[in-house]
Parts: sequence; C-alpha cells; structure tokens
Amino acid sequence: MFSGLREKVGQVLVPGDEFSLEVQETLSLTEPLKPEKVLLGPGLKRRGDRKLLVVKSGVLRHKQPHVFWVENHQRRYVPAKGETIIGIITVKSGDVFKLDFGGSEQASLSYLAFEGATKRNRPNVQVGDLVFAQFIVANQHMEPELVCVDSAGESQWAWSIWSGGAAVQRLSGLVRRLLRPRSDVLSDLQKLFPCELVVGMNGRLWVKASSVQQTLIICNLLQSCETMTTAQRQQLFRRAAQGVL
Amino acid sequence: MSPRASFVQGDTSVMAAVYGPAEVKVSKEIYDRATLEVLIQPKVGLPSVRERSQEQCVRETCEASLLLSLHPRSSLTLVLQLIHDDGSRLACFLNAACMALMDAGLPMSCLFCGVTCAINADSEIITDPTAESRALMTFAIDSKEQRVMMSYTKGSFSVHELQQCIAVSQKASENIFQFYRDSVRRRYSKNL
Repeated sequence: MFSGLREKVGQVLVPGDEFSLEVQETLSLTEPLKPEKVLLGPGLKRRGDRKLLVVKSGVLRHKQPHVFWVENHQRRYVPAKGETIIGIITVKSGDVFKLDFGGSEQASLSYLAFEGATKRNRPNVQVGDLVFAQFIVANQHMEPELVCVDSAGESQWAWSIWSGGAAVQRLSGLVRRLLRPRSDVLSDLQKLFPCELVVGMNGRLWVKASSVQQTLIICNLLQSCETMTTAQRQQLFRRAAQGVL
Repeated sequence: MSPRASFVQGDTSVMAAVYGPAEVKVSKEIYDRATLEVLIQPKVGLPSVRERSQEQCVRETCEASLLLSLHPRSSLTLVLQLIHDDGSRLACFLNAACMALMDAGLPMSCLFCGVTCAINADSEIITDPTAESRALMTFAIDSKEQRVMMSYTKGSFSVHELQQCIAVSQKASENIFQFYRDSVRRRYSKNL
C-alpha cells in the first residue's frame, strides 16, 4: 500500500508532493488480511482519506517498521512534548518562572518543578540563569510548560546550569547530529579536550572545559562545523587537536 | 542566521528573508492562525503606494499556500528587498518569497511561482518582458494543479488573449518549479 513512499526514501521532496494510497482491487479469501499502518512524522500530513501531502522540503527518511518523516533544516525552534531544551529565565513572578527558549512565545516553569523543591524550600534560580528542562505541554493551542523533574519527581541531570562555561545558540542542525545514538561529531569531540556539554534541542548548547581558552575553542569549532561535510570537520578537529588553532 | 533567499531573473534581482514563527503584538494576533506580514523595500527611497499594493499580492499568495493554522498567535515576517529592477518585479518577488519560505522550513501545502506575460504591439505574447507593451500581466501559479492563485494585470486585452497568457504562464511555471527542486536538492546534497 505504501510502496510509493518507500521508493522515495532518501530522495529530496518539496512541499506539494503527494502520495496516494493504493487500494487493493481484489481481496484474497484464503489468506488473512494484514492491516498496514504508517506513522507520519514531521513534514508529512494526511489529506482526505487516501492522500499524504509533503509540507516541508527535505530528505524523506524511514525507520523500520513503518515510520516516515521529512528531515529538514528548520531554522526557528517549534516546541514538542518530551523534548529537552536550554532556556533562559526572563521573569520571576508569583509561582512561575518564564523562560525564553527561542520559540514564538515564552514557556512557563513552576517553582515546584525542581528536585527537592517545596513551598518553603524554593530553588535558587535567578533571572538570566540557564535552565535545562523538558516540555510537558507543547502544542500550538496552549502556552508551553516546562519541568525540571521527571514523573518520579527526580532529576537525572543537574537541571540548572549557572557557573562558568559558555552558551552557543542557533545550531539546530548540529544539535540533532550530536544527539544521534552513535554520533560521529560527538566521538570526534570526545577525542579533543575533556569538557561538559549540555545539548538543548532548541539549537542551544552549553560548554564548559577546564580553561576559558579551551571552552572558546570548542564553541568556535561547533559553530563552524554545522555546515561542513564529515571530511572537512575531521580535518578541522585534527588541526585543533594539534594546537594550531 | 535567518532563512533567506536571493532570486535573480535576467537582470532583476530580489533578496528575501523570513523571520518566525515569533512573538506577535496582541493587537495583531489572530487566535487560530499565524499573522503574516510582508514588507517590500524598493531599491531607493521609502516604500510607497505601489509597494503596498505589491505587498498585498505577495501576502495573499503566501497565505493561500502556507499552513498558517499550525502556528496560531504567532507572527511570520517576510522582508523583500529589491536589488535591481529590469521588469518582472512582482514575479521575482513571488519567486524569492517562495524560496525563502521553503528555506525557513515553514509548512506549506504547495509551492507557488510568479510569471510575467506581456502582449506587445504586434499582439505577440512574450514572457519575462523588458520592453513596453500593450498589456502586462503577472500570475502566481501553484505547483500542484497549475492553477492561478493571484493575477495582476495592466493594459487592454481581450478575454481570449487573457486565457492564452494564462496557458503560456502555466507552461513557463514548470521550468521554475524544476529550478526550485534542483536548488533544494543541492542544498540537502550534503545530508544524503
């Protein structure tokens, strides 16, 4: 039924491309019917009963057994539930913080959504601090909400970052490459200097290495390698490791 | 870096940049869809009435092809800067706008392109005109069914001539859409 989609996996598509679902003309009476389903990711939308529409330009990707999506360079971050981001606290009012994460509106983060926080024991977070948090409400109709704890009330990482280090913005493409299971960018970076790296899916990174100079070198490397091919990037990292940069 | 596109058609050259989805002023916000604002800057001087009327043409075409309901209470700003004008200005604005919107990753239901058509003194129909003509028309054509999304006409012509111009523009739009596809393919070639 979805052979049309499968043929185009790995090809570049533009908005307006359509796929129609084939209808089986004859049904077998002896074999059992296998219902086929397809999970549509970003960039694909259902139009009517039997049509799929591509709404973003990019490369069509497929993950077994039945997930399809269009991979594209979205410049401006659009929040999605479950994604972790780095936000900057802009307002402290009443019982909530307001965070800027680079989207179309600011997200809210409750005082109580930190590990070990109670009404008397408020978290020590100020305006201008960086926070690493996860979306629990993120759709087009409602104001986005963030939390710094998971459903058990514990946080696996240090959810607030505030001492030292440097933050880098607008690296949406690089961030997705860093977060892949066996990321080559990450393994190349690990061979350079030891550093702490926090990756937010809104295209923001926070880096802290043992000295200010190393921190700045890593920031500059990450900013320049976003648009490079693998070979160019490995050459750049090799030069950095040799101490030329 | 904000998403931008530069479109050159003969000697006419336009640069477009898109900002958004971003915050919108409460007075301009629409509860169920994004607010699209188009700003056209001429080569010299301040924008005048002609730019305002061209902004409306571009804005209505973009609103018809963007899926604005996916970003309610947000603003999308499209800025078009004219670098050099040698005729077919509105068509060049439309083409640059479409490429910039694709570059921004905004969801669209179809692509669109602008084609300019003129009827000269000998009643011949020519596309991309640069000289004086009896009638001058610009059409915005969509990529799915080659329908006319917007038309802007000046001069005198018969109904039959109008239909011929539309047919010529629809044929010319295929080349522009193929150009869009090739540009996008080059852009993503590093990821393949």
